[in-house]
Amino acid sequence: MANLKNVTKKTKAQAMGMHTEVLTGRTQQKFFNPDEAENFYYFGTYDVDFNKRTDLDVKDMTAAEANKEIDNLMGQGYGTIVIKNPQGKHSIGVGILNKLNLIFEGSLGYFGIGSCDGPTVRINGRVGWSCAENLMAGKVVIEKNAGSCFGAAIRGGDLICKGSVGARTGIDMKGGTIIIGGDAGAFTGFMMQRGRIIILGDVGINLGDSMYDGTIFVGGEIGSYGSDAVDAELTKSDQDWLKRKLKVAEIGENFDVSKMKKIVAGKKLWNYDNLEPTEKKGAI
Amino acid sequence: MCGIAGLIHRGKSSKVGHELQGMLQALKHRGEDSTGYALYGDTDGKNFIMRFKVGENVGEGSTSIAEDVSVYDERKKMVDNYLAEMGAKIVKEERTLPYSLRYEIQYDKKDLLEFSQKIESIPGVEILSMGKSLEVIKDLGNAKMVCDRYNLDKLVGTHAIGHARMATESGVDIKSAHPFWGYPFSDVSVVHNGQLTNYWNNRRALENKGMRFMSECDSELIAVYLAEKMRDGASLEEGMKESLTGLDGVFTYFVATKDSLGMAKDTMAAKPLVLYESDDLVAMGSEEIAIRSILPQEIDTYDPFDGEVKVWQI
Repeated sequence: MANLKNVTKKTKAQAMGMHTEVLTGRTQQKFFNPDEAENFYYFGTYDVDFNKRTDLDVKDMTAAEANKEIDNLMGQGYGTIVIKNPQGKHSIGVGILNKLNLIFEGSLGYFGIGSCDGPTVRINGRVGWSCAENLMAGKVVIEKNAGSCFGAAIRGGDLICKGSVGARTGIDMKGGTIIIGGDAGAFTGFMMQRGRIIILGDVGINLGDSMYDGTIFVGGEIGSYGSDAVDAELTKSDQDWLKRKLKVAEIGENFDVSKMKKIVAGKKLWNYDNLEPTEKKGAI
Repeated sequence: MCGIAGLIHRGKSSKVGHELQGMLQALKHRGEDSTGYALYGDTDGKNFIMRFKVGENVGEGSTSIAEDVSVYDERKKMVDNYLAEMGAKIVKEERTLPYSLRYEIQYDKKDLLEFSQKIESIPGVEILSMGKSLEVIKDLGNAKMVCDRYNLDKLVGTHAIGHARMATESGVDIKSAHPFWGYPFSDVSVVHNGQLTNYWNNRRALENKGMRFMSECDSELIAVYLAEKMRDGASLEEGMKESLTGLDGVFTYFVATKDSLGMAKDTMAAKPLVLYESDDLVAMGSEEIAIRSILPQEIDTYDPFDGEVKVWQI
């Protein structure tokens, strides 16, 4: 294992299986100076007190009414909100851009916890399609199963499902970590560009299809590999990271990570070249 | 985008009309151009129940034309005459709407192909369903509107499937609405959410084999496809598994028979399905809120995986 204390930040990342390429062009565009980050605030965010707790029964509310009430409660400084009777409603808990402890006593429908940046969310139930889409930061834990497109296009944060998930988990993800305690469906990691997916169970067909970058770890059987997804060596630092991550995620702490498979992009499809489709077919 | 829902009680009967109405109404945002029910009621199993229409409820984009009630009356008389010619005795007759009828008939022959061909040789007449338990009811509007119009709320049975339709590739009318009867098989029905991309190739091949299509709706292909497989000796489950490769496109569909309910999901898993399964009840729908309409308490549900086929018995 590389001595991570004595290597540069960039080399450390590479030793852990991340970012082995150097991107150029638009993806390196700087939008603001990180040193000034503390001066940046989203419009409509709140300073909340985690010790200030309340319940919110959304049984007879529409999604819009429920989200507006969550916003009102955050505005009053409530930092811990328990949502009662979500009953599979769609699009609840979306657009939260500050720290918050959000607990759902039940299941969510589609597009729950969408476009969030910062909250810690626990769902004592299942979630439908596209849970936590576009998550920027924070932690989302689902106690049961999840539908398809779990964690689509997330940029950061930890997204944890203790049960099984549907197809296209982590589609188009650009960062962050997705951890699945059970099985995952077809096209997991489809077109992912950054970040890591950990699946403790089996995974369906076309794993990592057309992935640009990022890493997928699988503990069970793989239905089939997608186009340009290839095996990579599971390093000691990978295993250490997996152990830490699974422990922090409170899932699979005793899982034997040494037997996991590591899948990365072969990068033959990567960074579109000048080949004609017929030439590309031959190259692959 | 359409929504589908289905449920099966195992070992008991329930008000499946009411339950399915609740499930489909919860999915009305997925489409309310038309709604259809395939209900498997408790019967003594002696007589056939034939649901048929003698005219069309014409909506936007339909290729049918609106007609006078007198035309419907003429067609009904012709149906009655043909039934008498074939030795079928009408035991009970209901005419819910001018174009929609329900007959209970005594008919001893098992082969329904000749029977159906004869009835449907009358222009404008379509058998919506034929079976000892199955009743297909479909019309324009959302689930509650159709349920109220046809008094489905009190129907007691073991299982049911239904469809809330957003018309896309064909017009708004009854002939394009789901469920589709698995013509000419007794008590077989199908609902579908998705798009089939090899519809015309399959349709031409099946028509060459003598199978019948009543609409231009791609979903009808599934019913005909499965009917043809069963005609050739395949079991329902075998036919469904073959459909995963025989049908191209994206789809989740349900199929029901007199004593079973099945689901199939394409290999891309592109269409949604949430499933709840317990010892005495299986309920499934395009969205969890459909299941919640009959099971509001916290339950364990899951999404079936890609290429999955499941069949449950009553």
